[in-house]
Amino acid sequence: MAENPEGWKPKILGLVCNWCSYAGADLAGGARMQYPPDIRIVRVMCTGRLDPLFIMKAFTDGADAVLVSGCHFGDCHYLEGNYKAAKRMFLVKSLLKNIGLDDRRLRMTFVSASEGAKWAKVVEDVVNVTHELGPSPFNRKYGELKELV
Amino acid sequence: MAEAVSPTTSKKPETPRIGVFICHCGTNIAGSIDIDAVKEYAKTLPNVAYVDDYKYQCSMPGQVNIREQIDANKLTGVVVAACTPRLHEPTFRAASKDGGLNPFRFEMANIREQNSWVHMHDREGATEKAKDAVRIAVAKAALLEDLYPKSVPVERAAMVVGAGVAGMQAALDLANAGIKTYLIEKEPSIGGRMSQLDKTFPTLDCSQCILTPKMVDVGRAENIVLMVNSEVEDVEGYIGNFDVTIRRKATGVLSPEEAEAKGIVGGGCTGCGDCGPVCPVTKPNEFEMNMAPRKAIYIYHPQVVPLLYTIDWDSCVKCGLCVEACGEKKAIDLEMQDELVQVKVGTVILATGYEVFPIENKEEWGYKRYDNVITSLEFERLICASGPTGGHLVRPSDGETPMRIGFVLCAGSRDNTGIGKPYCSRFCCMYSLKHAHQIIEKIPGAVPYIFYMDIRSFGKMYEEFYYRIQDEGAKFIRGRVSNIQEDPVTKNVTVYVEDTLLGRPMEIELDMVVLAAAVQPTELTNKTRKLFGVSCSQDGWLLEAHPKLNPCGTTTAGVFLAGACQGPKDIPDSVAQAEGAASAASIPIHKGEVELEPYYAMCIEEKCAGCGMCVNLCPYQALSLVEKDGRTVMQVTEAKCKGCGTCGGFCPGGAIWMNHFATPQIVAQIDAFLLGGEQ
Repeated sequence: MAENPEGWKPKILGLVCNWCSYAGADLAGGARMQYPPDIRIVRVMCTGRLDPLFIMKAFTDGADAVLVSGCHFGDCHYLEGNYKAAKRMFLVKSLLKNIGLDDRRLRMTFVSASEGAKWAKVVEDVVNVTHELGPSPFNRKYGELKELV
Repeated sequence: MAEAVSPTTSKKPETPRIGVFICHCGTNIAGSIDIDAVKEYAKTLPNVAYVDDYKYQCSMPGQVNIREQIDANKLTGVVVAACTPRLHEPTFRAASKDGGLNPFRFEMANIREQNSWVHMHDREGATEKAKDAVRIAVAKAALLEDLYPKSVPVERAAMVVGAGVAGMQAALDLANAGIKTYLIEKEPSIGGRMSQLDKTFPTLDCSQCILTPKMVDVGRAENIVLMVNSEVEDVEGYIGNFDVTIRRKATGVLSPEEAEAKGIVGGGCTGCGDCGPVCPVTKPNEFEMNMAPRKAIYIYHPQVVPLLYTIDWDSCVKCGLCVEACGEKKAIDLEMQDELVQVKVGTVILATGYEVFPIENKEEWGYKRYDNVITSLEFERLICASGPTGGHLVRPSDGETPMRIGFVLCAGSRDNTGIGKPYCSRFCCMYSLKHAHQIIEKIPGAVPYIFYMDIRSFGKMYEEFYYRIQDEGAKFIRGRVSNIQEDPVTKNVTVYVEDTLLGRPMEIELDMVVLAAAVQPTELTNKTRKLFGVSCSQDGWLLEAHPKLNPCGTTTAGVFLAGACQGPKDIPDSVAQAEGAASAASIPIHKGEVELEPYYAMCIEEKCAGCGMCVNLCPYQALSLVEKDGRTVMQVTEAKCKGCGTCGGFCPGGAIWMNHFATPQIVAQIDAFLLGGEQ
């Protein structure tokens, strides 16, 4: 792992659906499962709501990672919004590669309302991967744009 | 960037004035987050006009303060940083409304479930996260608009899926409250698992004696439309207006009403039983746990409701002998087809029950390999007076009366090996104690051996029942059975177990072993729950809206749960939950109308290119293309839109405005987090 700049803490945006992953994150709280505090949550009703531009906006704003989390396939409160979101995430991942960002900075997971422990684990994983990758080149304070072509 | 206001906004250009209220939640939040630091920080945020904190923001003084400050500070939006919006958003929306603000001008920052409770040992990290959460919420609150929930009428009818004891109770309660109730059952008869049981614990009531009167009541109830051999095929709509398609599977037999409708006067099945004896096909009877025969045209048992024969198409050879035997009644139609029936209901109760875990997967106990290893449900049928042996308990291998009988508790329950189930199946301890009692009572000199981990006798009069069985002479051995071996000659079974109280391994030769197998949700439950958009826990049990405060509700408005489909339950618990669910399901119906969240999509017509991509994406057929002023634009049918936003996430022109989750609002949240409020 490369040495990360002193003072840098990962800025991770979590875009989660109301019915499954947000509820799962609440459950992790109810059970007092501890995980790193580096994530900030924006709640939407369904991951299907997520415009790829939201994620691109987050990265150009300097996010070090983005976590998209919805219901399991077949469990979407709106039938199939998570399938559509998952398809869009493939698109965004390829866009990220094209602009020189490691596509591991974007992760989509499926956490149900009963999976508090999974939520804690997912956040921990994302934080660990982000530490491995270091600050995003677009990070306003710590990024090194020279990584970019 | 997208428009900052919605196409139909009533919002006048205004400078936002946001009030921020930070809750301590006693020490739940204040214990891990520096409230003063968050408060001071909030004062520096753009558009923030007022900041306050309070020990319990949800209490009456906390709510009154919000109300008063809205007026005193001319607030245009309110942010409460407290628990999850899934808990108290309705509370604070009401408080905002009381203060004269539109309730949808309220936004919540979750600093408890997703902060103080999960970062209990990182005060600095938690405080920074809370500041960010407040900043993100303020950014959204500044852009929120007035919204008005729409009231829709509620269809004065309900549906109960599953007609075991829970479903029957729920249907009877709804019917007695004057609500037309469709009761859907997949099997040919109502009654469910309880109708297979001999006696019930701890009172030792005969199960059939207390259940069959209820079954007859259901069959007779004027307000209940009973549909057996039926499954839910499709669901559309929302609370108050569910359009449900039911598949009525072809039974091959006409009821008297159906026969009359077809012009066969005085015909239809009377349950006389003339057809069964002539049928040349013999199959195992599932109701008797495959321990007794039935014909291809059959009833499970004489007390079935409705009393109508059914044809098992998988085994019927269509020889026509039954048609001849039926004669003038002309009740049998070998060419009958499945029928799809459409019904409209206001609310739905799921009561789909449980099934027995396939205990043969625990190979060490030899179920299905050894004749004299059976499950508890098989034991129920063998000891039941109406069962295949007339209530004489016999060994399956030789028909002899067993004298030494073992009961293996937690068979597949509380099992973390990955083969069984991690949870407690909850009623096995008690019915196994009851089985022990029944053996002692029925077979003089017989000895029950109960192999247990813990005896969980938690209910009313249950512990007293446990003491009684101890006094009656049952032998209790605390230990998990590691292995069962069969003697190939005598067919006796030897149980290997460590007695953990004495701390020594034991081998006990027994005549017969009964496995108290774990229970699991039925396969059909999973299909049905998806149709209604109901979530399940990791084990597949249906998920209640709140484990403590809303155990009958689900996250789908208008859909409720009753009985073991929500988790293993004994009879009194199932009936109690059924009565609760029936009460909850009748509330919207009696009220006559419900309010829908106004999170529907709107088209920004100037931007819409009429490409129609969104039309195909919508899972509810809520969008369509229309001609307007010489152009093609999208139009939303608001009542059909459920507000998922899938259209808004894709529209290439940014022409869709999602109420309360509009693009500028979400982008403002992202910017607020990452750019620290600077725009």
